[in-house]
Amino acid sequence: MITAEIPVTPAAPPPPVLARRAWVEHVMGTAVSIHVRAVEPTRPDLEAAVARAYAHLRRVDEVLSTWRADSHLLRLQHGETDEAHAWVSDVAELSLEAESRTDGLFRAWRSRPGGRTVFDPTGLVKGWAVAGAGAHLDVVPEIAWSIGAGGDVAVGVGPGPSAAAPSWRIGIADPRQPGRVADVVTLRRGAVATSGAAERGGHVVDPRTGTPVRRSGSVTVVGPDLTWADIWATAAWVDQGTARRLMAARDPQYRLIAL
Amino acid sequence: MRRITTWLLSTVSALVLLFSYHTSTSSTTSGVVALGDATTGGAASTQDPTADAATESDSTDTSEPTPTGSSSSGSSSSGSGTSGDPTDGTFTGDAVMTRFGAVQVEITVHGGEITESAVTQVPWSDRKDQQINSYAVPILNQEAVQAQSAGIDMVSGATYTSEGYIQSLQSAIDQANL
Repeated sequence: MITAEIPVTPAAPPPPVLARRAWVEHVMGTAVSIHVRAVEPTRPDLEAAVARAYAHLRRVDEVLSTWRADSHLLRLQHGETDEAHAWVSDVAELSLEAESRTDGLFRAWRSRPGGRTVFDPTGLVKGWAVAGAGAHLDVVPEIAWSIGAGGDVAVGVGPGPSAAAPSWRIGIADPRQPGRVADVVTLRRGAVATSGAAERGGHVVDPRTGTPVRRSGSVTVVGPDLTWADIWATAAWVDQGTARRLMAARDPQYRLIAL
Repeated sequence: MRRITTWLLSTVSALVLLFSYHTSTSSTTSGVVALGDATTGGAASTQDPTADAATESDSTDTSEPTPTGSSSSGSSSSGSGTSGDPTDGTFTGDAVMTRFGAVQVEITVHGGEITESAVTQVPWSDRKDQQINSYAVPILNQEAVQAQSAGIDMVSGATYTSEGYIQSLQSAIDQANL
């Protein structure tokens, strides 16, 4: 992506003073925070876009939740319906792509003891959903936005003079000291995704062995798109060395921070 | 505040100078600490800000319990130094409305550092809230302080649940901006 920077001349007017506004809603089993910086953060178009971003996340939850028995995904798996939202096939396709791009370090299909194979795209749905929610904010002129969704972060800038757009400081939680920040990433556009054992112990399964990954620490991936940052972070949690090598070869614009 | 800091600093550095003589012979670690602080304290006592005051009050705390013959004179003089500190005391903040309800915090300052924080008012809307708050809010205070000092906008970490959010650093940052 090419960002055109407006050269600063001595006669340039001072940058506008940006106010900040935050929203928090509980959706997809976690808290989703949206922060916006704008000259006037009470603008109705801005509020409407934030509402659309949350509505997008709620809709994703209705369609793809693995916790809600009435989600399209689970009704489909339980044979209760033949119809499903197109997102189910979108996410299935994305899961296949993720599996091949990570050489199987990421896998959304797993075998259950009874020999049954279940499709569980939880590992990428959150990142993909938040990236989609961010698209609703990306079209709002002259704002900077950031979304934090249970540990995954996406930030961006709406159309307008990019020189005035502020960047966001994203702290990477210290996996060994709850409430502490171990590192800080500064971004204007992009995403930060972290996988680790700090909050929900052992919830990532190594697809090669079928056993949960039990390790301390965390891995963080920083890159342009939260969908792939999330996928690579999950892959790196399973096998850091392999994921690092694959990422460098296949997605060089993403980088890995291991704590 | 500036005068208080200068005063605290000069008292502390004088104390440290007093200590460095005895402790350097008996304990190597505290000797090094005291010596280092004595030099920085002496140089900075006229203009240096609170950062040094904090580290130096730390060092008096560590050197105080050193089991040497001089400990009796040391503890008595450091006692008079800290008890007379005008910044010591217990302070109660204003009740702050959060989206979870009103929260009020009480802090205890000793030697220029927050030694204790207690929540005097927390939202008790239901039993679950109560359970969460009983341990979450005190943690939140420290996190809020840390988040402000680091200037963090968002936190990336391993996935937390809705319940986990309440005691997360992200929640402290959000509350500062809501």
